[in-house]
Amino acid sequence: MKVSIEINGTTVSEEVEDRTLLVHFVREQAGLTATNIGCDTTSCGACTVLLDGESVKSCTVLAAQADGHAVTTLEGLHGDEGDLHPLQRAFREEHGLQCGFCTPGMIMASVSLLEGNPKPTRQEVRDGLEGNLCRCTGYHNIVNAVMNASGQEVQR
Amino acid sequence: MSIVGTRVVRIEDHQLITRGGTYVEDLRVEALTGAVHAMFVRSPVAHARVTVDASAALDAPGVVAVYTAADLDLAPHKAGPVVEPWLADGVVRYVGEPVALVLTEERYQLADAAELVDVDYDPLDVVASIDAALTGETVLFPDQGTNVLQAGDGEFDDAAFAGCEVVLSHTILNQRVAPAPLEVRGAACAWGEDGRLTLWLSTQNAQISRATVAKGLGVEAADVRVVTPDVGGGFGAKIGTDPESVVLGWASKRSGRAIRWVETRSENLVSMTHGRAQQNTVTIGGRRDGTVLAFRLEVVQDAGAYPRTMFLPTLTELMATGVYHFPKVETSNRAVVTNTTPIAAYRGAGRPEATAAIERAMDLFAAEIGMDPAEVRRVNFIRPDEFPYSSPTGATYDTGEYAKALDQVLEAAGYADLRAEQARRREAGDPVALGLGLATYVEITGGDSGGESGKITVNPDGSVTAWTGSSPHGQGLDSTLAMLLSDQLGVPMDRITIRHGDTDEVPRAIGTFGSRSLQLGGSALRQAADQVIEQARALAADRLEASPDDLELSEGVFGVRGAPASGGVTWAQIAEQTDLTADVWFGDGSPTFPFGAHLAVVEVDTLTGKVVLKRIIACDDAGPVVNPLAFQGQRHGGLGQGAAQALLEVMNYDADGNPTTATLADYSFISAPELPDFELVDSETPTTRNLLGVKGIGEAATIGSTPAVHNAVVDALSHLGVRHLDMPTTPLRVWQALTEARKAN
Repeated sequence: MKVSIEINGTTVSEEVEDRTLLVHFVREQAGLTATNIGCDTTSCGACTVLLDGESVKSCTVLAAQADGHAVTTLEGLHGDEGDLHPLQRAFREEHGLQCGFCTPGMIMASVSLLEGNPKPTRQEVRDGLEGNLCRCTGYHNIVNAVMNASGQEVQR
Repeated sequence: MSIVGTRVVRIEDHQLITRGGTYVEDLRVEALTGAVHAMFVRSPVAHARVTVDASAALDAPGVVAVYTAADLDLAPHKAGPVVEPWLADGVVRYVGEPVALVLTEERYQLADAAELVDVDYDPLDVVASIDAALTGETVLFPDQGTNVLQAGDGEFDDAAFAGCEVVLSHTILNQRVAPAPLEVRGAACAWGEDGRLTLWLSTQNAQISRATVAKGLGVEAADVRVVTPDVGGGFGAKIGTDPESVVLGWASKRSGRAIRWVETRSENLVSMTHGRAQQNTVTIGGRRDGTVLAFRLEVVQDAGAYPRTMFLPTLTELMATGVYHFPKVETSNRAVVTNTTPIAAYRGAGRPEATAAIERAMDLFAAEIGMDPAEVRRVNFIRPDEFPYSSPTGATYDTGEYAKALDQVLEAAGYADLRAEQARRREAGDPVALGLGLATYVEITGGDSGGESGKITVNPDGSVTAWTGSSPHGQGLDSTLAMLLSDQLGVPMDRITIRHGDTDEVPRAIGTFGSRSLQLGGSALRQAADQVIEQARALAADRLEASPDDLELSEGVFGVRGAPASGGVTWAQIAEQTDLTADVWFGDGSPTFPFGAHLAVVEVDTLTGKVVLKRIIACDDAGPVVNPLAFQGQRHGGLGQGAAQALLEVMNYDADGNPTTATLADYSFISAPELPDFELVDSETPTTRNLLGVKGIGEAATIGSTPAVHNAVVDALSHLGVRHLDMPTTPLRVWQALTEARKAN
């Protein structure tokens, strides 16, 4: 079937198998490889993207379901090189990443989190990121990154 | 001003936060154009005779090839004393063992074709646990005649415990866990027209992988190039080169096609090596004043189906006595094979198991004599004036301040107040019990008796390129090494490039594991930079018509000391005139011994068994800190992963050897709401065993946190009659322990 999805402002139209997952469409058809696959049970969140502004795990959405909709991935979050999204900047400043594999999904989930709750408490950040797993950081600095991006105090 | 010791944001991060890393599955290099996709068909049963019929699969859409053991013409390879087949050859011995390899043109054709590989499994009796292995009723490798494939039996003499007022013994399970880095295993490979194999591999050490793959394929090491792209975590499980890499290299040659392979998470959980899996029996004896007089540790390692890594129980024995001086010590180790996934290194690899055993034993002893666990530890610590300390099991500790680390943590935590709060709750009959758990630890880092390579070139424009044999996968080592070199050479960090993980660029190296990278890889670059400075100094002296001894290097300029008016010579001026390169190998194999103290505070709901980790206060002393940002990050990660073992994580098998935790829906990674903010206490005790005075920090916090959290849960229940329960301290297990204790009372 033919699928057309606006990804980071550019429409990508490709003929794909019906069963093609959105995450594979993003990675293979659109060639955007920041979005990662970490599990096969929608448990880890590494593949989180925004679908019409809402965070979804793109391994549990068919490309066909996103047909005609807009997707934002990590690569679409920032403008020029010097123009980082506040969360991208904050993840770097607070050392909110180590191996970086969960990071694209973690940042996209955080964008969605702050959209709904611009000044979360630390516990609200933790609860909001429950569906995104990180094996490296122990989450402490990820919480700091979200607090930093929301203009709040961090605990170094 | 020196940037060493200051918080420097990582140079690695820009790419990772803007376009994501380039992990092996992201590679879009020309050599992989048109690559076929690979999937291993894996055994769904734990022990069986197998016959494989690939004919139906060969006719499936897009199938390029299906290979089985019958196709492979590779020499057999050994795992310990037995042969581990590249693909199951007549018998499978664990769920997840590779049976066949399927290659297809398109990714989505893989699973369809794999389904059509017809494998007949004729079940055999299963050995699914250490206990089952020790009975010997079923022997996995009949040629061996036993399931015990390694035995280092110590001399045991009960007279060691004569004179003790108290002696107690307990068997402590250190459960099997899955390292499960977020990026699963993956590889890509292609043979070039020059007859060389290039293997892109998610590994912690490209050079050892090259050696293993070349040996497996029966070719010269020079015929293999291993390239490590970004690696999404390893935690020790990517040290080894698994049989899959060799099979892929072989299949690429046989099929004449480039290959891409990435496993699924469920495959990863059953077929990447697991960690821990020890059953440790401790016997501890001493006086009622808290003095421990004798300690015995009997280690039984579950090696899994193939004994790939036999150093783990030996390392546990080596670190058996931890931070304590005990007059009499006895240890033994055995490793058994079972019908489960092979065991190998996982963050700490043998040392967490030793620490868990001794720290649980100290708490059991403290409870028996009615003394505070902190006090019992203090009585038995090795004192600062006893270093270097030769342990009874053969380790020589470099430096340590064990009592100081404990005292700092107790003070930062407000230990006395916490104990008072605990007493108050108990008196009031509060159903939510407070538990305080201590662990003091020492571990061994860089203990593999190998060194590391380092090479530096100053480019004609004055920029610097450095090649390290270390192979980071999230540790931020590029930044740390660039900081060291910037400091030493006076060259800004953005003019320094750190390269690693390509065997054509760095042919000789050992890699990243055992918390060795900074102390060995960092020292190697320090030494190489020293040599480059000496080369440059001589040339600069010529130009300045001064004695080399009178020159000083300041902010990248060689000038005459005390004579600024005489001008200076820059790195670029020297490097455009001559080649400035130094290539060194650092290390005599002397390990270092980081140490620390952790205190965990938990709340346990005694009605439901639910455990909440409220606080964790940690002192981890690894000597001087180069980059506090990366140092703290490593500690945070270790605390999270260590606490997860105590609270949640376990890889379970049923009696038939079926894994029951084979997806992330069943296997519990710890998530953000389950962890508290970490409270770090700083301390720096240098070592004399390398050029930087540093010890490793990659595994330390994992080692301390697991027993601290474990001890805290037991402590919370101690007033209800619970002396011990095994990890993970899940609500069910806590509730069962309470129920049993209530019955006994």
